[in-house]
Amino acid sequence: MDLNATLIGQTIAMIVFVWFCMKFVWPPLLGMIEERQNEISEGLAAAEKGSRSLELAAVEKTKLLDEARGQAREIIDQANNRAGTIVDEARTTADGEGERILAAAHAEVEQEVNRAREELRGQVAAIAVAGAEKIISREINASTHQDLLDQLAQEI
Amino acid sequence: MSMASEGAQTSAEYIQHHLKNLQVCQNETGDWIWNHCSGNFWAINVDSMVFSVLLGLFLSVLFSRIAKNATTGRPGKMQAFVEIVIEFVNDSVKGTFHGKNAMIAPLALTVVTWVFMMNLMDLIPVDWLPFVAHAAGVEYLKVVPTTDPNITFAMSLSVFVLILFYSFKIKGIGGFVIGELMMNPLNPRDLGVPKIFWPFVCAFNFILETVALLAKPLSLSLRLFGNMYAGELMFILIALLGFLQLPLHFGWAVFHILIVTLQAYIFMMLTIVYLSQAHEAH
Repeated sequence: MDLNATLIGQTIAMIVFVWFCMKFVWPPLLGMIEERQNEISEGLAAAEKGSRSLELAAVEKTKLLDEARGQAREIIDQANNRAGTIVDEARTTADGEGERILAAAHAEVEQEVNRAREELRGQVAAIAVAGAEKIISREINASTHQDLLDQLAQEI
Repeated sequence: MSMASEGAQTSAEYIQHHLKNLQVCQNETGDWIWNHCSGNFWAINVDSMVFSVLLGLFLSVLFSRIAKNATTGRPGKMQAFVEIVIEFVNDSVKGTFHGKNAMIAPLALTVVTWVFMMNLMDLIPVDWLPFVAHAAGVEYLKVVPTTDPNITFAMSLSVFVLILFYSFKIKGIGGFVIGELMMNPLNPRDLGVPKIFWPFVCAFNFILETVALLAKPLSLSLRLFGNMYAGELMFILIALLGFLQLPLHFGWAVFHILIVTLQAYIFMMLTIVYLSQAHEAH
């Protein structure tokens, strides 16, 4: 149990092992552990960020959907209004056109009637003159009784 | 397989045989001789050296291999185990030592794992390795290095040298010798002692503090040595009991697991505490 040179041998061994541990074991392992700790905390932070942005996205989505729905409703309303207006306009135009056509037709008919009446009036006058001529061809001169004939034609 | 049953040995001889180291030294004529070395300082306890260095090498290879293949991703089982040990040591160091020193933590790791492995040799039944050695022609074999005071003293004295080194380095020669060893625990300035009596107070302090300082490596090594030596002796005594040794051995071995771990932990913790004291100015 006496102390001997083993003391020195063991001291040297201890120095070597501590040096070895200091050089090749502790720094890489602790560095690795700390690196992993960083990675884990970064991962957790990223996950939290991700879930937060997911929440934000959900909120955004609802907002966008609502907006889109509103816009769609607006567009449909506008379209309905526009359709109504177009139909009304068309109706008004059609009514106007119909009246115009009708008026034109009336006018034409009237014109036609007038024309026919004039023609008839002329023909009747001619016929009357011809008849009267035949009846009183000898004594009645057409040219001396022209004023009388005109008066007659007027009265028809 | 107890050697006590060989008949040629008495119990006392058996115990003494088990407590003797395998030694080698040079005699007066310069020849290397085995086992007749008592009183010769230059003798080497071959068994203590071989086992402690083998265990140290085992740990170094294991740790450096893990360190080389370590990944920050999903660790393997062995890496996870080594990481637990490293984190445990790191937490212990951080909890006690607040200075900046890149050596304390690796030192603590080396000390705790190495002492633990050396202590753990105690759990190998006391006769196995000596029996194999005997068959191979080796007369003595003491398998637990920490039951050799040379081993424990070598470690505690190394720690002591570090304590002195850092005390002088951090506090300076004056700060350490005068400030720490002479002005404590009775500070003549605070006590209002007249200047004439200061040397007496300081001398008293110096004696007290020097004893306290020297007690650190002494208690550090003797605590470990005493615990392991006593445990080893218990195993040897139990091995003398014939068949009754089986339950007793089991019981003591289970209890000894606690001692093995605890002593390694205490050695590491005190190393850290002493070195952190050396770093802190009072």
